[in-house]
Amino acid sequence: MKARLISTVLTVLAVTATAACSGGGTSSSSSSAGGKTLTYWASNQGTSLENDKAVLGPELAKFQKQTGVKVNLQVIGWPDLLNKILGATTSGQGPDVLNIGNTWAASLQATGAFMPFDAKALTAIGGQDKFVPASFATGGVAGKPVTSVPLYGLVYGLYYNKKMFADAGLQPPTTWQELQAAAKKLTVPAKNQYGMVLEGASYTESVHFAFIFGRQNGGQPFDAAGKATFTSDGMIAGVKQYVDLMGKDKVVNPSNVQYKNGPEAPGDFAKGKAAMLMSQNNADNTLQADGMKSGEYGVVPIPTPSPLPAGGKDVASFVAGINLSIFKNTKNQDAALKLLKFLTSPEEQTILDKPFTALPVVKGGTVNFTDNKAEADAFAKVLATKAEPLPLVAAESAFETNVGNAVNGLLAQAATGKDVTNADIKAAMQSAQDKMAAAG
Amino acid sequence: MPVTTTNSTSSALGTVPPPPPPPLSPRPRGRRRPRWKGATPYLLVLPAILLELLIHIIPMLVGIWMSFIQLTQFFIANWSQAPAAGLDNYKIAVDFSSSIGQALLHSFTVSILYTLIVVGLAWLFGMSAAAVLQHSFRGRGSLRTLFLVPYALPVYAGVITWSFMLQRDNGLVNHVLVNNLHLLSNPPFWLIGNNAFVSMAIVALWRSWPFAFLMIMAGMQSIPDEVYQAAAVDGAGVWQQLRHITLGMLRPVNVVLVLMLFLWTFNDFNTPFVLFGPTPPLSADLISIHIYDNSFVNWNFGLGAAMSVLLLLFLLVVTGAYLLITNRRSRRA
Repeated sequence: MKARLISTVLTVLAVTATAACSGGGTSSSSSSAGGKTLTYWASNQGTSLENDKAVLGPELAKFQKQTGVKVNLQVIGWPDLLNKILGATTSGQGPDVLNIGNTWAASLQATGAFMPFDAKALTAIGGQDKFVPASFATGGVAGKPVTSVPLYGLVYGLYYNKKMFADAGLQPPTTWQELQAAAKKLTVPAKNQYGMVLEGASYTESVHFAFIFGRQNGGQPFDAAGKATFTSDGMIAGVKQYVDLMGKDKVVNPSNVQYKNGPEAPGDFAKGKAAMLMSQNNADNTLQADGMKSGEYGVVPIPTPSPLPAGGKDVASFVAGINLSIFKNTKNQDAALKLLKFLTSPEEQTILDKPFTALPVVKGGTVNFTDNKAEADAFAKVLATKAEPLPLVAAESAFETNVGNAVNGLLAQAATGKDVTNADIKAAMQSAQDKMAAAG
Repeated sequence: MPVTTTNSTSSALGTVPPPPPPPLSPRPRGRRRPRWKGATPYLLVLPAILLELLIHIIPMLVGIWMSFIQLTQFFIANWSQAPAAGLDNYKIAVDFSSSIGQALLHSFTVSILYTLIVVGLAWLFGMSAAAVLQHSFRGRGSLRTLFLVPYALPVYAGVITWSFMLQRDNGLVNHVLVNNLHLLSNPPFWLIGNNAFVSMAIVALWRSWPFAFLMIMAGMQSIPDEVYQAAAVDGAGVWQQLRHITLGMLRPVNVVLVLMLFLWTFNDFNTPFVLFGPTPPLSADLISIHIYDNSFVNWNFGLGAAMSVLLLLFLLVVTGAYLLITNRRSRRA
């Protein structure tokens, strides 16, 4: 017994020593000697992970030619990205440069794993002024040096199938009521045709719409003090507006509740199984890969209820996009800054925005991913006048996962034929809010 | 360790005159042997102990330590800065009036139910199949192989195939039930709502019963035929033979088998994770994935660790009680 006690104490001491080491987060990356190789985690922006590699490969080869720095590219799908970043943050073993969803910027900033961009670093990548201010503002919480800079810009729009609308004698909706009416008219379950397609298993989509429709109904996920207010009337009404598409309005195929971020929802839209799709502008990629020509669909801002509910705002999107961060413990900071400068240069932006169907994040850029002028104008208009950033608070990522999963659960309830009442929504949102409180 | 060895050796050599002191002179072989003999068992288990420490004990202790600190998103990049939390994480986890405690309790109940169903049926299936295959007949070998396939398949490959089959629109299950057999008019969802629990239990059963089958079959091979013959002579029927001989002599195997199945099933992470992703439907919210959720989805590793420690304690108590009861009984028998 005594021997056991002694060995336990010894083990505890050993553990403490190990923990003290791991706390520092010692080394990073697979950088080779001489600091000539960078590891870059790119998010999935193209039609597939292979497509991303095919697009980025030649550009990174160009970068190597210019600077002599080799970039080891890894493309990571959206479902895994945040977890992988979190793992890298915890272990201290991460890439040198990485892409993040810009809405995570404040949360990841709070972990302290990313390099803050001081004036010198900003100068090294070409200066803060080269970026579109709205995009640059997503880089971190206000009043602190940002820990990420914008790379690709995205906003939501309402895609509609021009032929299906014309055949039914419909105009693209300008109010939520018109959208509901059009969707109902275009829903013919017998023909496996629905008015709208959703990605009901994607927590990110769900939370984005909870935010957009919550804002339209006068809600706000966080109050001025940064406290979660998910159960406010506006937020609940917003969630209901979204979930009702599946539940009360019955304009969505119940199977959509199993659709994740991926080719399924745009695929249904491209094949005429759904007449409308609410998506960020990078859907163009998948639609065209599925054989839809850019003239066959139109894009308008996602409409609001008419009249606008009390306190509501005409919000059709949040300022979405992809940002670039540098891991703090990279051994190749200079090379990493060079890569950021390269990727955010106006020339590369013009090249990359096209295959990745992104909006430019540097000043003077034009929307070049589509030859459809009306579509380009619609997205530009949404970004300029109808987009609000998601809350820039440290708890943002927890907000996304908790509220997003709660809304997914409500969609599943609606899909299996159970009514989703305001009380159900309030209970789900309350539970999400409790989890936030525990996280401190 | 070496100190103990020397002591035991010298005491063992107590009656023999002490070896000559000059270390340079080669020692007779006979004297050296017992010295090594004493150390051999320790040397043999040493790698296992070291690896056990590295792979199990140390991470476990780190986990216990994490449960007492506020390891949230603000500190994950620098663990040593995380402030002490005392028992706060545990208080949150077991406060059953709050939604977090309630969710934990719910997940615990789901896990218990899942374990009972899967372990019970896996044992029953394994036992039946082994009993049927005990006597040789044509095709026995191929049947045995066939039964072991789910166990031999990589977990991920097996479960993801199930998840394809259970899709609502283009899954095989609904195709058979709705399109071919016309049993249902409206295709049900198998991976959301309450059906998710049923699907998960079936998949887990499919995966774990071959292991029960394998263990029981091995155990049955060691039961001599003479015992059955003697019983038959005494007039015992098939059922009596099964009850008194097969089950009786399989007891030691069954004790271990049920314990292993219990631990694996209760801790099952792969099945729900591959079927449903990181956040399963409420009806299938098993305890391991619930803890994963609290740690990784909410970035609150302290709370997740506290829940893990509670789970560890529960499993320790159950395992201890189980072994105590089964050992006592077998000693009496």
